[in-house]
This record gives sequence, C-alpha cells and structure tokens, in this order.
Amino acid sequence: MKFLYAAYAATWIIHIVYLVYLSRGYARVREEARELQQGRSRSTD
Amino acid sequence: MRTKLTILGLIALALLSYGLYQALVAAPTEQTMGDVQRIFYYHVPSAWTAFLLFFCNFIASAIYLLNRSQRSDAFALATAEVGVVFCTVVLVTGPIWAKPVWGIWWTWDARLTTTLILWLIYVSYLMLRRYSSGGQTPVLAAALAIFGFIDVPIVYFSIRYFRTQHPQPVIAGAEGSGIDPLMMKALMINWLAFIVFGAIVVWLRYKLERARQQVEEAHALREEQSLEQPRVDKPAVDARAS
Repeated sequence: MKFLYAAYAATWIIHIVYLVYLSRGYARVREEARELQQGRSRSTD
Repeated sequence: MRTKLTILGLIALALLSYGLYQALVAAPTEQTMGDVQRIFYYHVPSAWTAFLLFFCNFIASAIYLLNRSQRSDAFALATAEVGVVFCTVVLVTGPIWAKPVWGIWWTWDARLTTTLILWLIYVSYLMLRRYSSGGQTPVLAAALAIFGFIDVPIVYFSIRYFRTQHPQPVIAGAEGSGIDPLMMKALMINWLAFIVFGAIVVWLRYKLERARQQVEEAHALREEQSLEQPRVDKPAVDARAS
C-alpha cells in the first residue's frame, strides 16, 4: 500500500508545486504591470 | 470570467474526488498485483492527458507558423508546459509502480525510453523559450514542437511494435485483452477529471502568458517613445570662459 499512496501523493505534489509556480508568475507579472503603470503616470506628470 | 473559472474548478474538484473514490474503493482489486495496480488509475490518465496536450501544442504551433498570432504562441506554450507536468507525473508514478511489480525502478525498454525522450523534447522546448532572447524564438520553438510531436505516436505504438518490460496494451489491444468494466469506469472518470483539471491549468497559464506578452509590448512601446522624445541638451559650457 505504501507504493500506492506514494504514487498518489507524488502526483498531487507535482501538480501543487506547478500551481505555486504559476501563482508566483502571476504575482511577478502583476508587479511589473504596476511598475509600468507608475512609470507612465510619473512621465505624464 | 472568475465565476466561470470557479464553476469549472468546482466541477474538477468533484470529478477528481469521485475519481479518487472510484480508483481506491469502487474498482476491484487486481488478482496478480493487488492494490498497487490502482496506480494505473493515475498513471494512464496522466499519460493520455499529456498526449492530448502535446497534440494541442502541435496544432497551436502549426497555426502560429501560419499566422504568427501571439494568442496561438501563448496557447502553445501553455499546453507544452502543462503537458510536461502531466508527463512528469507519468515518469514518477511509473517507477513507483514498477518497483513492487518488476523488482526494479527503471529499465531501458522501448516504452520507458521513448517516454523519457518525449519529456526531454518538451523540456528542451520550454528551455528554448525561457533562455533564448532572439526575436525568432517562438518560430524556432514552434518548429521544434512540430518535430517533437512525432515522438507521441512512437511512444503510443512502442508496446505494440516492440517486446517490452512494460505491459502490452489492455485497451484497444490484441484479442483477449481488456479490463473489468468497473476498472474501465474508474479509468475513464479519472481521465475526464484530469482533462478538466488540465484545461483549467492551461487556461491559467495561457492568461499569464498573454499578460506577460502585453507587459513586454508596453515596455517596448515605452522604450520607443523615450527614444523618440527630443533630447533637452544642457547649455554648453565654454571651457575657455573659466
């Protein structure tokens, strides 16, 4: 049974790690967009 | 959009839970391998989902080469990346299943080797996209994806054309092959659950890539504008005056 549980756990660990990587990607892009927006508003002032 | 995604997420969660119940409880125990055979309900649907995603990547790459649309490029990247995740699951769950059944973690037979090559092809595709900075990167990646997809039918047919340590096909296999209807039900529910879950993750990755493309475009536009702005020169200082 330990091999069965190990396989199922490994599957979900892989998917969860990827989802965390995706959420970090979202945070990075959001940050870049915010900086871009700030830069634009500063240049129009 | 957020509501649609939430609904789809709830459907995926319900399907995955039902699939887990089918795999661990409802499906009958296999006679020779026992409970460890239940890895089958995650291992095989993950492989099929990876194949499906690589097929989507192949189509999106071909479309990109025809029309150079950023949308198809983003979709190609999303399907390749999520396909690699599912292929990783296959390469991890396979050896975990092999050890108690074959007594070894790995063997270089046709099915295992071609699957590893498939994974390496798409990892190299992702590395090309990540680390190459030239303007031709999406074109090169699309060409690699089209040639890389050739390995998918090789993986699929490897157990039909070669004698392998990996079991012969039990679905659409030779005469006399097949599985119990309850096992088939568990397999199909898990595959459906993985497809829905995979579609959600692809959608999230696609939106992220589109956002990244738009930020990159905005950066380029800003640089262009700053180059076009007339330079305000400082008043020239006559060195002789001092």
